[in-house]
Amino acid sequence: MEWEAVVGLEVHVQLRTKSKIFGGASTAYGAEPNTQACDVSVALPGVLPVMNREAARLAVKFGLGIGALINRRSIFARKNYFYPDLPKGYQISQYEAPIVGRGTLQIETQTGTRNIGITRAHLEEDAGKSLHEDFHGMTGIDLNRAGTALLEIVSEPDLRSSAEAVAYLKTLHALVRYLDISDGNMQEGSFRCDANVSVRPKGQDALGTRAEIKNINSFRFVEKAVDFEIERQIDRIENGGKVVQETRLYDPDRDETRSMRSKEEAHDYRYFPDPDLPALVLDESFIEKVRSELPELPRARKARFESEYGLSRSDAAQLTRDRQTADYFERVCSKTSANPKVAANWVLGELASALNHHNLEIADTRVDSTGLAKLLDRVADHTISGKTAKDVFLLLWNSDQSVDRIIEDRGLKQITDNAEIEAVVAGVLCDHQAQVRQYREGNQRVFGFFVGQVMKRTRGKANPKQVNELLHEKLK
Amino acid sequence: MPLTPKTVGHIARLSRLEIDAQKTVFHAAQLNHIMQLVDQMNRIDTTGIEPMSHPQEAALRMRDDEVCAENCRQQYQSVAPATQDGLYLVPKVIE
Repeated sequence: MEWEAVVGLEVHVQLRTKSKIFGGASTAYGAEPNTQACDVSVALPGVLPVMNREAARLAVKFGLGIGALINRRSIFARKNYFYPDLPKGYQISQYEAPIVGRGTLQIETQTGTRNIGITRAHLEEDAGKSLHEDFHGMTGIDLNRAGTALLEIVSEPDLRSSAEAVAYLKTLHALVRYLDISDGNMQEGSFRCDANVSVRPKGQDALGTRAEIKNINSFRFVEKAVDFEIERQIDRIENGGKVVQETRLYDPDRDETRSMRSKEEAHDYRYFPDPDLPALVLDESFIEKVRSELPELPRARKARFESEYGLSRSDAAQLTRDRQTADYFERVCSKTSANPKVAANWVLGELASALNHHNLEIADTRVDSTGLAKLLDRVADHTISGKTAKDVFLLLWNSDQSVDRIIEDRGLKQITDNAEIEAVVAGVLCDHQAQVRQYREGNQRVFGFFVGQVMKRTRGKANPKQVNELLHEKLK
Repeated sequence: MPLTPKTVGHIARLSRLEIDAQKTVFHAAQLNHIMQLVDQMNRIDTTGIEPMSHPQEAALRMRDDEVCAENCRQQYQSVAPATQDGLYLVPKVIE
């Protein structure tokens, strides 16, 4: 039988706020345990939550970014469960009336473009961290993260493969970075994902029983976890078994998912509206102000890169994949007279491979946009050849010197003086009479030999175009 | 639908409340008295009435995004039963 996978993703995005969603403690990552756990974070009796306006603003920004309905009135609810890293005994979340309603996210895979529905996005607070290491049989609790503002983004079960799940996640990740609502740092847990996976016979409308997979913290793991789970469910059904609705944990070390039985009965969350928090009411001016601050989004920017800079579709797509790269490219273009296509080649070629080689993000590049722009200018005005430029780029990467200084100090300036090149060409032809005869007898391949000789004598600095022209002229 | 002693036991476990199994019968009876009031309210026709989430028609007041809390770890942990390396220690929870 042919099977079809149905996947929906729940993504928790840590919002970029300085303080917590309901309290005044800092959200900075990596502090000493419990030094950023205020009275609200540790849930001292009698404390009251006070909502952070910035968290609402960032949530609205996301909603507008996916063209979603923004609920003018949303409600905070208590989600009750018992766990030591949740000192109140409930998480403040949104249930029936989330701040962001239905929207869509367009994804691209090798099989084409698809619109994936987003059911909702709601505000909630994060829990603390439990450390199960060596505490003499006890568990250690760090409440620094407790109360950090999260936006939980829930997709429709519209994804049909692990590849689509990865594409969705990457698109969403790029979007939150473009909108600057989160740092999106997956290692630090700012962008976490749970996947709901089920399978059904191809052509069937009704959904199969789903399993929820937790703890997927990288794009690679999403693909592996979803693939593993699809296989597991198909195997199970084909062997006469049934899929049970349960929570499963992905274990990247063993590349498998396994049941978390302890979570089973905890699903009875007994949600109810939080009496401490009246409705979150947003007026039009608040929403319109956020709308006016929206940056150009990836799709629009990609289209503009194609039309404004004449880039190919694939170059435009690669450059706009993250906002930092797109910004860098535009900064280079604004500072150089070189063709934008050339600039694109450099950003996606030499720069990308240098970053890759040193395992750096574009924010940490050692050749800034001014440096690259200057380098491209020097190619455009024929000071150096394109080939020499690659050497200069590496020198630039490894030093603090300016482009012109490097060219000057190392004597890399291209020879463009026709008379000077002509003298070298004449010398080469004079010294290789035999090859000249061969060429004139019809052996065109010797031409490359002459070019090589001229380049050798000028240490690669002769302008290649002029060398070609002069050689053709002399060999006529 | 009246609450059964079994449901009472379930709710108690979710809330990590220790209730003597024999007492669940007693608690179920008491809770059922309260639930009768809820049942009575449930008989009212509320068609077309929007559910109320908060008793006052107040809107949430919001604060600016500023860090204003100080580090009070020492005070908070002075009343904690067990701490180590700045962490609160609790009976082992295993996933």
